[in-house]
Amino acid sequence: MTEIFPNLEIAYGEIFLSIGAMLLLMVGVFKKDSVNLVSWLAVGFIVITMFLSLAVGSEQTFTLSNLFVVDGFTQFMKILVLVASALAVIMSREFFRLEGEDRFEFPVLMVLATVGMMIMVSANDLMSLYMGIELQSLSLYVLAAFKRDSEKSTEAGLKYFVLGALSSGILLYGCSLIYGFIGSTNFSSIATAVGGIEEGSASVGVVVGLVFVLAGLAFKVSAVPFHMWTPDVYEGSQTPVTAFFSVAPKVAALALLARTLYVPFGDLSGSWAQVVIFMSVASMILGSFAAIMQTNIKRLMAYSSIGHVGFALLGLIAGNAEGIRGVMIYMTIYLVMNVGMFVCIMSMRRKEEGMVEDIADLSGLAQNHPVMAAFISIFMFSLAGVPPLAGFFAKWYVIIPIVNAGYFTLATIAVLASVVGAYYYIRIVKVMYFDAPAEEFVPQKSLPMKVIVTLSAILVLAFIAPQISSPVLDHAQAAAQGLSQK
Amino acid sequence: MIVAICFYIFAAVLVGSAVMVVFSKNPVHSVLFLILAFFNAAGLFVLLGAEFVAMILVIVYVGAVAVMFLFVVMMLDINFTELRKGVQDYLPIGLLIGFILLAEIAAIAGGWSMTDGIATTITSATPPASEVTNTDAIGRVLYTDYIFLFQVAGLILLVAMIGAIVLTHRNRSGVKKQDIGKQVRRRRHEAYEAVKVKPGEGI
Repeated sequence: MTEIFPNLEIAYGEIFLSIGAMLLLMVGVFKKDSVNLVSWLAVGFIVITMFLSLAVGSEQTFTLSNLFVVDGFTQFMKILVLVASALAVIMSREFFRLEGEDRFEFPVLMVLATVGMMIMVSANDLMSLYMGIELQSLSLYVLAAFKRDSEKSTEAGLKYFVLGALSSGILLYGCSLIYGFIGSTNFSSIATAVGGIEEGSASVGVVVGLVFVLAGLAFKVSAVPFHMWTPDVYEGSQTPVTAFFSVAPKVAALALLARTLYVPFGDLSGSWAQVVIFMSVASMILGSFAAIMQTNIKRLMAYSSIGHVGFALLGLIAGNAEGIRGVMIYMTIYLVMNVGMFVCIMSMRRKEEGMVEDIADLSGLAQNHPVMAAFISIFMFSLAGVPPLAGFFAKWYVIIPIVNAGYFTLATIAVLASVVGAYYYIRIVKVMYFDAPAEEFVPQKSLPMKVIVTLSAILVLAFIAPQISSPVLDHAQAAAQGLSQK
Repeated sequence: MIVAICFYIFAAVLVGSAVMVVFSKNPVHSVLFLILAFFNAAGLFVLLGAEFVAMILVIVYVGAVAVMFLFVVMMLDINFTELRKGVQDYLPIGLLIGFILLAEIAAIAGGWSMTDGIATTITSATPPASEVTNTDAIGRVLYTDYIFLFQVAGLILLVAMIGAIVLTHRNRSGVKKQDIGKQVRRRRHEAYEAVKVKPGEGI
């Protein structure tokens, strides 16, 4: 008991958002038909939380008995998570307004999941890591099964829940092994204990524990070979849920993975690097090859996200500040591209059929909806990594560090995988521009959706301009320095 | 000596009842064996000096979880023999995986070596068990050092509650609900009518 009253200032963001979630729950329960109000309040709360997180400052501070940490890295990642969540709440609002099934619990669960993600990002102890993951996952399981009279959505929720529970079990088993062999769950203490071990002589128990923890975290970022759930869950959930799944939880889980590997186990990099290399290569290859056969655009985005996680993991392998910076830039750009693409997917709505999600439905889109086709092409080219779009720079900043670190084979595989990936991204562009037109979509009338898609397209196009890219690069640089020093 | 005898009795009954949970034909018997297993595990915890965990095991697992299992088993009409049909086919591969895992864990246990300086890193050394009870020791840290985890656990339970309501609550039509306002508003003249009954005629 070192502190009588913990320094709560640096956790104001999390505290505010948790109280906000409960407040939203009250509003939703006591005020009839308040979905609209609850959603916009949720967005407002998330924006305020963003400012609170920014106000914390980027100096490294521990609080709550060292269970919680704040530094430049957590700040950067929290902002990404919060932006992704706020956009997902807005997108789901617009989606449900047309689809019906309007329930105020939806934004509340999203806000609670966001709290979980913030705790994940700020975790400085295996126990807070686990609590954050559980808070986030439990909300996500419910969101996946939200449309309960749809068989697919229920299946998605159940599948995610069962596999997620299994992965949590594996993670916990790893944590208990680490605790048993090191005597502490705190990241700083583990780092001290691990630092005293000479290379190669680490206790088997610690390494096995670390591998179990890695397996659990790999499930959360859906890296191969723990990716099986991703396509089914992405396809089965409703589109705004998929949009939410594909960005915010990934950012949080990658941030957690980066911290877990660099802070407590930084000195064991020889032991975890081979595991991460395998996951990264397997994800990139599976992500590019399996996506070729897909006909459903949400499944395609699922495989694409698996591939992108593979690329992001490359940055971790480099094992230095440059690599971490690469991961942060990658996730930032990935967020922008994915959000934009999902707005386009949500605009695939026909009068009689309602929502459609087959790639064949996009056929000849350029003739009926030239603007939407242009947007999708921009995002597809960017996801494929075609210069001068943002997606190219994302890949650039993770591949350069591993080349500098001497992993030439890995870099070659990454480039080849992205070439294969380019095939299925650009095939969609071909379908839109050169195939016979399919039936028209209902035009997208919602203003927020238009704003989101236009902004993200502009960011993707303009990332080459130093005015846009340098703030991201500078912040990521400063934050990455902080993480890799310890 | 007595401790050793108690240990072997608890352990043997625990393993035996755990096997019976899986293999007994009647699902209700399975649940009852599960309860027996919980009690014996609690006994083992008492032998270890962890009386708090032992009591929690009895109260939470026997008192709540197992009883709920019993309700579920008795209420749902599940054909358990049908579910168990594939056992023969899956048994060899299951045993194989089990043995591989066991061998791997044995390998870890064989290479058992604590990290140096474990005494310095050990989280929060609890006071010796002879001085304070388990409950006291947990109480000293749960609401002070670990208040953060405690609060997050509360949030997780809130999510679980919201989730359960979201996924199961439906507004059914035609359900008769009690409306206290309506009951109180009810006036005498709405409720009954005075009728003059002529003798011998009835209403």
